[in-house]
Amino acid sequence: MSGECRVGREVVSFGRLAACAFLFTVSLVRSAPAQESPYIVTYDHYLEEPGNLELEYFSTFGTQRGGNDFHSYWMELEYGATAWWTTEFYLDGQTTFGDSAVFTGFRWENRVRPLAQEHFINPVLYVEYEQINEADKIIKEVEGHDVESDHAVPNAIARQTLNHELEFKLLLSKTFKGWNVAVNPLATKNLLPSDPWEFGYAIGASRPLALKASAYQCNFCRENFIAGVELYGGLGDTQDFGLHETSHYLAPAMAWNLPSGWTVRLSPGFGLNDNSHRLLLRWGLSREITGFGKVVTRMFGAHR
Amino acid sequence: MKAMLSRVSICARVLLLSGFLTYIASAHGDSIPASHDHLRHHHFAEFARVPEKARGRRNPLEGDADSIPAGSKLFAQHCAECHGKSAEGGRKAPNLHAGEVQNATPGTLFWILTNGIVRRGMPVWSKLPEPERWQIVTYIKSLQPSTSTEMHVHHDPTTR
Repeated sequence: MSGECRVGREVVSFGRLAACAFLFTVSLVRSAPAQESPYIVTYDHYLEEPGNLELEYFSTFGTQRGGNDFHSYWMELEYGATAWWTTEFYLDGQTTFGDSAVFTGFRWENRVRPLAQEHFINPVLYVEYEQINEADKIIKEVEGHDVESDHAVPNAIARQTLNHELEFKLLLSKTFKGWNVAVNPLATKNLLPSDPWEFGYAIGASRPLALKASAYQCNFCRENFIAGVELYGGLGDTQDFGLHETSHYLAPAMAWNLPSGWTVRLSPGFGLNDNSHRLLLRWGLSREITGFGKVVTRMFGAHR
Repeated sequence: MKAMLSRVSICARVLLLSGFLTYIASAHGDSIPASHDHLRHHHFAEFARVPEKARGRRNPLEGDADSIPAGSKLFAQHCAECHGKSAEGGRKAPNLHAGEVQNATPGTLFWILTNGIVRRGMPVWSKLPEPERWQIVTYIKSLQPSTSTEMHVHHDPTTR
């Protein structure tokens, strides 16, 4: 009982800290309209503009057979360190209805663009370190034999197992005639030596509703909307590679890039087999902060 | 006790992240060339690397009345942060009124916009649809060329 209260307070203080950090940062620096893709799981090859910070909040409502439905959420701080390197920090949490709310861990992600110019297919290397417990339900990627029943375990039990994982992805992406197609094979290794490598995939396609910009500022112009679809799932592990006992999702997605600098994303995901959640309804809100690097440098007294 | 340790651990992580972000922000700043001449030399040298075929591409939106205001809007949204509100240049990016830019073919500017100058800090902009990139090129070509070979820095009194 006391354990659950403690966890509850931790989530509340994390929420306050995140809200304060968000307001403080927004009050200090300017924002700029972004051209964000609608993908929530898939990555294209575009990195954050250098010196910019993107603050993102995402929610997932998931249905659960054999357990309680849940609402998971995460905050992302995405920073363009250079034009070829983006680094990103995540904080994850979830509320399982009729159970409890828990902070489930953090992730630190890095994306590096090895080639200087655009090519027929553009690769980006992705490396992520995760320290998350087994109550994590953000389902930011599906890997190995991840199945719906994994999420039916009560939070009090699931949160006791803490995983340290390394995740590698190869992000392949191409934009042609307004269409973006991205393919992300992934491999994950729990740092426990006994655990096998797990594999998964994400594929996405998207296109703005209009390819030419209008001559005036507008919120509802077609060019501000990008529609797409994502397909993602697990591919087993080194001991049992393939589609056996894996889950897969198909998710239409839409992004609305507002001139004020906010981006709204919405994506209902549908499970494609009996191992998948029936519905993962995701939405997100993000804001791009320009010149964040300059502000931080000034704040810590660097003069040029 | 456990809860306190957990809070201390979260604070330590946040501090570590702040320190790391500060470091990379500073590291990013270090990569900025020190002078405008240096900046100009590095960026405009990239023009020579544009393939011949790309240089010869014609702007399909040339003469399109809406392209200049639309390009101006896109420029303000995506380019002004580095190149300045009036494309006068900044610490990170060159003046687009400069002769090198104004004398470049539309195809050259389109290629630079599409491919970026990634090692010098300019990101690729192929995420903007092709017509939008041509609208930006149209706007850039509509700018008043600099009369001097010196860097023309525009001082906007409202920003100081």
